[in-house]
Amino acid sequence: MYPLQNGIGNLIRSLFPENAMLINSTISIISLLLLVSLLPVFLIWLERKVAARFQARIGPMRVGYHGLLQSTADGLKLIFKEILKPEGADTFVFFLAPILPASATFLVMAILPFDHHLQVADPAGGVIYVIGISGLSILGILLAGWASNNKYSLLGAMRSGAQMISFEISLALVMLLIVMITGTASLREIVLSQQGSVLDWWIFKLPGLGAIAFLMYMISSTAELNRAPFDISEAESELTGGFATEYSGISFAMFFFAEFVNMFVSAGIASTFFLGGFLAPQIGIGVIDMLFLLIPGFIWFFLKTFAVIFLYMWFRWTFPRLRVDQLMYLEWKMLLPANLILLMAAGYFMAMGWVL
Amino acid sequence: MDLHTIQIEPGTNGTIPEGFTRQDPSKVSSEEYFLNMGPQHPSTHGVLRLVLRLDGENVLELVPHLGYIHRGIEKVAESQTYLQNIHLTDRLDYLSSHINNLGYCLAIERAMDIGVPERAEYIRIMVCELQRIQSHLLWWGVSGMDLGAITTFLYGFKERELITDIFEELCGARLTMNFFRPGGSFADVPDTFIPRVKNVIKIMHKALQEYDTLLTGNIIFQERTKGIGILSRENALSYGCTGAVLRASGVHYDVRKDDPYSIYPSFDFDIPTGSNGDCFDRYYLKMEEMAQSLRILEQAVARFPEGVYRSKVKTAYKLPEGSYYSQVETARGLLGTYIVATGKPQPYRVKFRSPSFSNLSVLNELASGHKLADLVTILATLDFVVPDIDR
Repeated sequence: MYPLQNGIGNLIRSLFPENAMLINSTISIISLLLLVSLLPVFLIWLERKVAARFQARIGPMRVGYHGLLQSTADGLKLIFKEILKPEGADTFVFFLAPILPASATFLVMAILPFDHHLQVADPAGGVIYVIGISGLSILGILLAGWASNNKYSLLGAMRSGAQMISFEISLALVMLLIVMITGTASLREIVLSQQGSVLDWWIFKLPGLGAIAFLMYMISSTAELNRAPFDISEAESELTGGFATEYSGISFAMFFFAEFVNMFVSAGIASTFFLGGFLAPQIGIGVIDMLFLLIPGFIWFFLKTFAVIFLYMWFRWTFPRLRVDQLMYLEWKMLLPANLILLMAAGYFMAMGWVL
Repeated sequence: MDLHTIQIEPGTNGTIPEGFTRQDPSKVSSEEYFLNMGPQHPSTHGVLRLVLRLDGENVLELVPHLGYIHRGIEKVAESQTYLQNIHLTDRLDYLSSHINNLGYCLAIERAMDIGVPERAEYIRIMVCELQRIQSHLLWWGVSGMDLGAITTFLYGFKERELITDIFEELCGARLTMNFFRPGGSFADVPDTFIPRVKNVIKIMHKALQEYDTLLTGNIIFQERTKGIGILSRENALSYGCTGAVLRASGVHYDVRKDDPYSIYPSFDFDIPTGSNGDCFDRYYLKMEEMAQSLRILEQAVARFPEGVYRSKVKTAYKLPEGSYYSQVETARGLLGTYIVATGKPQPYRVKFRSPSFSNLSVLNELASGHKLADLVTILATLDFVVPDIDR
C-alpha cells in the first residue's frame, strides 16, 4: 500500500529490492513537497485572474505570459524582505506560529488520494486524522495573535480562532455523515465506494441529502479557511490586518501560502468525499466514457478540485462579509442543528434502503 | 490644604480623550477602552478621525474630530471675484461638483436678477441629474466594498465611467467641473451629448437591476443593514439631517420639490421616502433616487430645446449690497450658499451650509450600542464626503 504499485514504485522495487520501501517513501514525500511548494504559486495567480474576471478586468498580464510569473515575483520579494520581530514578542512562539498551519496542510496533503496509486499514505482512520490535523492550523493562528504583543492582533486571532473552532464541528459532522454512508474512514476507500457512474458520487446519492451535505461542507470549509463571506479576521475591520499584522517577509509568506494550500486541501477533500476523487465520470454514453477513462485519474482529481476552488473564489468575490456575532449564530443555531438533523435523516434513509 | 479626591475611571489614568462624557466610575466596565480610527482609514471615506469608546466590540460613545482637510475655502472666497469662486465650490463635495456650482450660480443670479434661457435650464437639469447618478454609483460601489463585497466597487465604477466620459467631453474635467456660470454654462453641449445620455439611460436601467440582484437582495447584506443605525424622525429633524438620511426616517423633504429651483417643477418625478430610518432604508432610497434621476433624464432628453446656452454675459459681476441665499439638493442633501455682498467684485462673506456636516453630527446617536462592524455600515450609508464637512 505505501508507496503503491505505480510505475515508479515498481521500477524501484525491481532495482533495489531491499531498500525499495525507503526509497519509494522518500520519492513520494519529496514529490509532495514539490507539489505543495508549486501549488500556491499557481493558486495565487488563479485567484488574481479569477477575481479580475469577476470584476470586469483582466488581472496581471505583464510578468510572464499572462502574468504567470507574477506570484513567483511576489514570493521572491517576500523572501528578500526583512523579518521583523516586534519588541516584547515571545521569540520562540512568534517564529513557531507560521510553521504550524504550513505543516498542517502538508500533513493533510499527504493522505489525499490523487490517483489509484498516487497517495503518500492511506491510514485506516484517514477522516479522523484530517479532523485532528486541522486543529494545528487553529493553534498556529492563536499563537500568532498572542505572540505578536499587539492588542489588535490578539483580538483578530481570538475572533478567527473562535470561528474556526465552531465551524470545525460542522465540518466533522459532515465527514461523519460520509463515514456513516460509506462504512469506512480511509480516504481511498471512500473514493472507491463511488465507483460506477457519475450518479454514484455521494453528492447525488441519498436523494437530496448528498447535495445538502455538500452544501454544508462548502459553508463550513469556507469558514475554516477564513475566506469571505467569513473573513472577518482578514478584513480591514479592527484597523489592522488581523493575526498576521506583525509578520513580514518569509513568516508572512508562510501564512499566506498556507491559506492557499489549505484551500486546495479543503477542495481536495470535497472532491474526495462528494465528487468521486480520481474517478472519471461515467455518464453512460459508451464512446465518451471510454475517452474519459483514458484521461489519468490525477487529472480528474485536479479538475474536480479546481472546480471546487473556483466555487470558493466565486463566493469570495460576490458576497459581503458576515459580522462576527452573525457568524457564530449561523454556526451554533443554524448549521449545527441542521447537521444533526441531516445525520438522523441520513441514518433513517440508509435504514430504509433509500440510498439510491 | 484642599485635597480633591477625583474618581478615576478604570483603565484611564484619570484622563479621557476630549469630547467624551465622564461616566460614573462605578458603572464603567473594566473592559472599556478608547480606540482611535485615525485620519487615515479605509472606511471613513476621507480624512476623518473618530475616537471611540468601546466595550469589547460594542461602541458606547463616539467623538468625531474634523479639520484634517480644512482648506479655508470660505476665507479664500473672500479674496477672489465671484466668477473665480465657482471653481472653489467644486471642491466642497467633489462628488456633486456640478450641483455645488449650480447652488452658487443661483445665488448670484438671484442677486443680480439674471435670467436663464430655456436650453441652459435643460442643460443644468440634465447635468445635475447625471452628477447625482454618478455620485450615487460611487457611493454604491464603496458601500459594497466596505461591507466586504469588493466586486461592487468595480461594477459601480464601470457604469460611472460612462458619465465621467460625458463630463470630460462637456467641460474637460472628470472631478472638479467648473461648468456652470451665472446665466447658464460656459459652453454649449457637444453634439454627442444627447446620444451619450440616451446610452447611459439604457445601460443604467439594466445596471440597476444587476445591482439589486448583487447587493439589495442578498441576505447577508440585508442582515448587515436592516435594523442597524436607526435614526428617529425627531432626531433627524433636530440634528438638521438632509438628503437620503432625512428621507429614510420618514420626512418627505427634497429641495427639488419643496423649494424648487431651476425648472424642476416641470418634471415628473417622485421622492422616495423610507419608514424605518435604518441603514437598509437609506441604502434603498438612494437606489430609488437613481431610478428617479433616470426618469428626469428621459423627460429632459425628450424635450431638449434649441437656443442659447447662456444669457448675456455681464462685464463685471458685482453683487449689490445685501445677503443672498440659495438651496440646492446635492447627492448628499441640502447645500445652502449664503453670500454677503458689499458691491465690490469680491464677496464680503461666503458661507456654505454643508449637508455632510449635519449628517455626520448624528453619528454618535446612530453608532452607540452597535458593534464596530456596524459602525462601518453606518458610515457607508450616511454617505458623507469629508471635504464637504471641513471645507
